[in-house]
Amino acid sequence: MNTHAQLATYNFAYLDEQTKRMIRRAILKAIAIPGYQVPFASREMPMPYGWGTGGVQVTASVLGPDDTLKVIDQGADDTTNAVSIRAFFQKVANVAVTTSTAEATIIQTRHRIPEETLKEGQILVYQVPIPEPLRFLEPRETETRKMHALEEYGLMHVKLYEDIAKNGHIATTYAYPVKVEGRYVMDPSPTPKFDNPKMHRSEALQLFGAGREKRIYAVPPYTDVVSLDFEDHPFEIQKFDEPCALCGARNVYLDEVILNDKGGRMFVCSDTDHCEKRRAEGHVGHLAGEAPETAQ
Amino acid sequence: MTAQATHSSAFQGGFANPVFDGQSVFRQVMNALARPGMKTAFDGLTEPPSPLIATVGSIAATLFDHDTKIWLDPVLSRNEAVAGWLTFHTSAPMTRQTLDADFAVLADGTAMPSLESFAQGTQEYPDRSTTLIIQIEALEGGRDLRLTGPGIKDFQTIAPQGLPEHFLEQWAGNRSRFPRGVDIILAAGEGIIGLPRTVKIEIGS
Repeated sequence: MNTHAQLATYNFAYLDEQTKRMIRRAILKAIAIPGYQVPFASREMPMPYGWGTGGVQVTASVLGPDDTLKVIDQGADDTTNAVSIRAFFQKVANVAVTTSTAEATIIQTRHRIPEETLKEGQILVYQVPIPEPLRFLEPRETETRKMHALEEYGLMHVKLYEDIAKNGHIATTYAYPVKVEGRYVMDPSPTPKFDNPKMHRSEALQLFGAGREKRIYAVPPYTDVVSLDFEDHPFEIQKFDEPCALCGARNVYLDEVILNDKGGRMFVCSDTDHCEKRRAEGHVGHLAGEAPETAQ
Repeated sequence: MTAQATHSSAFQGGFANPVFDGQSVFRQVMNALARPGMKTAFDGLTEPPSPLIATVGSIAATLFDHDTKIWLDPVLSRNEAVAGWLTFHTSAPMTRQTLDADFAVLADGTAMPSLESFAQGTQEYPDRSTTLIIQIEALEGGRDLRLTGPGIKDFQTIAPQGLPEHFLEQWAGNRSRFPRGVDIILAAGEGIIGLPRTVKIEIGS
């Protein structure tokens, strides 16, 4: 069997044209109503739900031969989900790929926004597991629809208030709800709340795809995205005591890495491209060690 | 043979490369709606019968299919060649009811029906509304209009020619119904301008 001949029978970017048209129409309506979840006829993809089928369908519908694609999973270009989705689009669309945030025209992401500020013309595609921010408060879709329709978001504020009553502060650290352009409350996907301020008036177009839940939503460039809070408990992002152990970066989101079973640990940039770029520029963290060339 | 000759135009003038042409046109339309007021240049990838212009023919070939109901304004619906071309290249069903239309195509912008007469969507599903594609004389050279809203950094000035007199009044009404409302793509030979329902339009620059 000639595998190349088999591949050639796929349409460009895997999806058939009728599916792309349906998704494209949903994307246009999503852009016109920022933060509103547009239902779409999500297709079965050659990967299980939970692996980014929504994001993959959105990317497949916007992607063209001139694009350069970057895929990240929790900020990293080199983890399973990122590697397999990148390989998928290389295979079915023969598209150029990169790990560099600045060089990418489309960035598909699972749960992080790159540290490097996104620019005009870039598209950020989020993989979303549960698009409905009110779902854990109200399981019925008919009711959450009505709550969005009537702009009735009191329940969400009660939830945040209960956080404060129990813990003394708002304990939600990821999927922190935002209000888009003063109207729709939106789930920013399970990004750490550290990334929420990056969504506000971003120059890039942000598209969200939830495959299992069959929803697409969007935030156009230069759109107000405000994290919900209270006057006396303003929204705050996570702060880290130490810099990245490899590149010494401060004010970035860090991952904890366990080093041994004696309590050893290090904190490193979750955004691998950002970290590598900084190290290439000569920034050194306290656990970076020597460069391999010098070691030899 | 005579029948073939009269209908031949309907079968020609579609996308040469449907997959890639559709993708590039979609990106232009998406950019136009994500960046309201920004003029998006367009190659004439289709050759629809007059008075339909190439930019509108390309948008139709990109977004219309058997799932979308199309309403044509009187100028276009009277024209058999146009209806035939759209049907052959998109297989989209036509409707005479503005309220049923997923897309409306208007060749004469000055005779635009009230925006409220098109599908507005519901408060629960505001996406179920008509997208109007309006052919206008030119994207420049008209009265200065100042746009603000999502997708626009500070403000954007446009000066389209060929909009109806009551357009600003109609648009203000459309905005007041948010999140319900229609979205508009203004199309001329040189490109398109997107006006999603969120955009605020005032006179002046």
